[in-house]
Amino acid sequence: MGAYVIRRLSYGAVVVFGVLFLLFILFFAVTSPDDIARKALGERVPPAVVEQWKVNHGYDKPLFPAPGHWADNMLVEHYRRMLTFDFGRSDADDTPILERIRKGMGPSLALTIPLFVLSVLVAIPLSLLVAFFRETYIDRAGVILAVLAMSVSVLLYIIGAQYLVGKVLHWFPISGFDSDPRVIVRFLALPIMIGVANGLGGDIRFYRTVFLEESNTDYVRTARAKGCGEIRIMSRHVFRNSLIPLLTRIVVAIPFLFTGSLLLESFFGIPGLGAITVDAIQGNDFSVLRTMVYIGSLLFVVGQILTDLSYALVDPRVRLE
Amino acid sequence: MTALLQVAGLTTCFPMSQKNVPIVDALDFEVGRGEVLALVGESGSGKSMTALSLMRLVPKPGRITAGSVRLDGQELLDLSVRSMRSVRGSGVAMIFQEPMTSLNPVIRVGEQVVEAIRLHERVSRGAALDRCRELFEQVGIPDAAERVNAYPHQLSGGLKQRVMIAMALSARPRLLIADEPTTALDVTVQAQILRLLQELQEETGMSILLITHDLGIVNELADRVAVLYAGRIVETAPRTALFKTPKHPYTQGLLRSMPALAPSGERLPEIPGMVPSPSDWPLGCRFASRCARAMDQCSQSLPEFTDQGPRHTVACYAVSQADSQSGHGWAGGTPEGL
Amino acid sequence: MESHLASNGIVAALFLAAGVTVWMVRRSRLWSSAFVSLWRRRRFALLVTGVYVAVALLDSVAWVGGDSLAVDTVARHEARSVIDRVFGGNQEKSYSAPFAEAEFYGGGDLRYPGRHWLGTDMIGRDIFYLTLKGARVALLIGGLTSLIAIPLALLFGISAGYFGGRIDDVVFFLMTTLASMPGLLLLIALIMVMGKSTLAVCVALAVTGWVGFCRVSRGETLKLRELEFVSAARSLGVSEFQIVMRHILPNLMHLVIITFVLMFSGLVLSEAILSWLGIGVDGSWGQMIDQARNELSRDPIVWWNIAASGTALFGLILAVNFVGDALRDVLDPRTIEDER
Repeated sequence: MGAYVIRRLSYGAVVVFGVLFLLFILFFAVTSPDDIARKALGERVPPAVVEQWKVNHGYDKPLFPAPGHWADNMLVEHYRRMLTFDFGRSDADDTPILERIRKGMGPSLALTIPLFVLSVLVAIPLSLLVAFFRETYIDRAGVILAVLAMSVSVLLYIIGAQYLVGKVLHWFPISGFDSDPRVIVRFLALPIMIGVANGLGGDIRFYRTVFLEESNTDYVRTARAKGCGEIRIMSRHVFRNSLIPLLTRIVVAIPFLFTGSLLLESFFGIPGLGAITVDAIQGNDFSVLRTMVYIGSLLFVVGQILTDLSYALVDPRVRLE
Repeated sequence: MTALLQVAGLTTCFPMSQKNVPIVDALDFEVGRGEVLALVGESGSGKSMTALSLMRLVPKPGRITAGSVRLDGQELLDLSVRSMRSVRGSGVAMIFQEPMTSLNPVIRVGEQVVEAIRLHERVSRGAALDRCRELFEQVGIPDAAERVNAYPHQLSGGLKQRVMIAMALSARPRLLIADEPTTALDVTVQAQILRLLQELQEETGMSILLITHDLGIVNELADRVAVLYAGRIVETAPRTALFKTPKHPYTQGLLRSMPALAPSGERLPEIPGMVPSPSDWPLGCRFASRCARAMDQCSQSLPEFTDQGPRHTVACYAVSQADSQSGHGWAGGTPEGL
Repeated sequence: MESHLASNGIVAALFLAAGVTVWMVRRSRLWSSAFVSLWRRRRFALLVTGVYVAVALLDSVAWVGGDSLAVDTVARHEARSVIDRVFGGNQEKSYSAPFAEAEFYGGGDLRYPGRHWLGTDMIGRDIFYLTLKGARVALLIGGLTSLIAIPLALLFGISAGYFGGRIDDVVFFLMTTLASMPGLLLLIALIMVMGKSTLAVCVALAVTGWVGFCRVSRGETLKLRELEFVSAARSLGVSEFQIVMRHILPNLMHLVIITFVLMFSGLVLSEAILSWLGIGVDGSWGQMIDQARNELSRDPIVWWNIAASGTALFGLILAVNFVGDALRDVLDPRTIEDER
């Protein structure tokens, strides 16, 4: 068990190193610090100003290691900063990035955690129901509805729901955020409902396939042969075996709760990490974008490890060695 | 006294390329109390589907389209879904060919047997677990007390099949259907499992419907044999009669190709040709295309069953014709399975 | 090179490819029976997809001149497609509702009263015309991206699966690394770094999209490599390259088709999100939807722009999803149930 975790962690570390290298290529080699400076300052600034900006933002070292500066270059600097969470300042407005992330985490989690929990709680029972009625009209209708739901662009969900609920029905404010627990629900209800609706089609289709695959197995036939009822078969035999593929989808999603939702946050004016990222895209803020990709990858690697460990909980055949 | 299980005209169809094909076609047979009936046939002859039809567990899109299955005089095909569920396990229990995949991999084996017990009897978990340990000892699982806590993957194939047998016995069924119970096991383990089935049958007095393609197993275990070819029974006979005087050309071919019965040092005789696939079964006798004694009649219509000895019936024009010419037909006894 | 010539060339190449595909499908019993059963199951979805493809093709064949309708003189010297010639050129000054006789705001006269079936947008362009033009953009995004991603995935997947060892380690590491980066963020980062253009969007989508199929083709190759006919070919001294071309690749074809169709709808939907973030492809339905956001808050509201582009997008994705679903059932042996 211990050895397994160590091995898994070290492979994760290697992957993080790879991600950082890719980020360096994208944000330093392809888009050079000069490009970044010009994007921030404008095209027509004198070279001296660009140089000064690069010094201020810590972009003033040579890119790659070479004789004379083996340790003192952007590549090493990039790894050092990222690995120590020293993210520096925004290219666009000079605010400390770490500070912004800290502030954005709360609103993001307030949106994504209920969204995630609700998605799972709605999608799994619904897909169990659809799988239970396999090869009937209920199943066929369920599959068709799921494909219909999947085919609608998330933009249409957002715009449509915002229009309907905010402008016509006036149930909730159309956008904004207030962390006061008494009113937070009013701001989050709509984005959460849209998020659930948007994911539902794909979720149901995936879970249904998993449940159906499990219900065609020999041990389900055995359970029937010993006199098990269909409901018991679904809830006990099929569901417990389905947990293995389900976990792959669910546990992996958990780390992404921290990075928030790009679309929902910026559409609904929730000041979370997703909204920060969208601002960075629109403001050519490379340092913020870079940091967000890195944090996202880091969390994904953690999620992968968690998933592998969680297999051992639901599948007695998995031994962590 | 009537037989424990009476099957008449049982037909199970599967839709294949736009038409309904009877994979199991108008089967008539019965299993007496305490009797072991072997249902013999090649793969694809419909043996397993017959077993699943008796349990009313035919997988979709298949369907039982006609016939009657009576257990102790009770018509199973007319039962409600709920009553059928209580018959499964306690009236008719079943063990399968693949012990490796037939147990739920994420539930402890003891728990799976306990579930089977408590589905049919109102007993506490503790009492059921005690029963489970007894059953494990009965089916010869060593260290039964500990093994109840094992997961299927921790047991060998033979032990898994013993667990399956214990589970099948848990609700004291009157009929046990054993569908190729030893095919997936090592040869040495096969013999042990067969002996176990025989002992358990003698102990409990239950009837067994043994489904197999292996005539060796039939010879060891069966009281009577029904030979299945392409969805239809071609010959039914007591074991000794079948091995001594097989009548149907297919049965004869089957027996000749058994290594133990063939003269050593010679090439085993084989039946020429292949089993026709269900979608192009002929109008007449399904063995006609491979039969050395086939006549015009054979491909036109299905032969009726004729009596060939005590409880020995055959469906073959060549056999019945030879009888009428020589006058040696069997006149006594009762027609089988009607 | 003139861009319309390239576009015409691509159309010709597509027709050639379609011809070859039809010829090959008709030669193989497996493929033609798969197509027949697909047609039987999803006739309507296939027809809808066909209409989209036809519109996109008509919008890709373009030539210069031969025009009397063009209002501005510049248009006379531009290459214009069949769609441009039939539906284009009826520009207004501002919004007008479907079939309207006058401008929507202010009520000024229209140049072409009653001719705008789906109304016009803020700068007076005909929505029906723009919606038709969006088909080409959507198919370009899906097609070009797949054309980059699928060969890449096959190359890496097959070499990793077939040769194993070091190659497999490297490919596997590359896949894990790319898969670890949040898809949308990596997509955005790539486009920002490459600069905004149709090709950049497609390349970015391909880079983030090839990993999934690479994993599938690696796994499938691993399985195929162990099969008897491959070992037989190897023992007969067939070269590795020939084994891959003759035995591995053809057995991955069904997965290529399924992946292409299932990937397609995801790509077009992703582009819509990118459009909303301001880094999409010009003229896409995503952009039209994006513009419509403000129109919905006008009073009285302008609804026809989003209705037209949203419906067009939904129709294509739905049709492709239905075809993809059926295709998977028809082609993937894992879902073909044992008939007994």
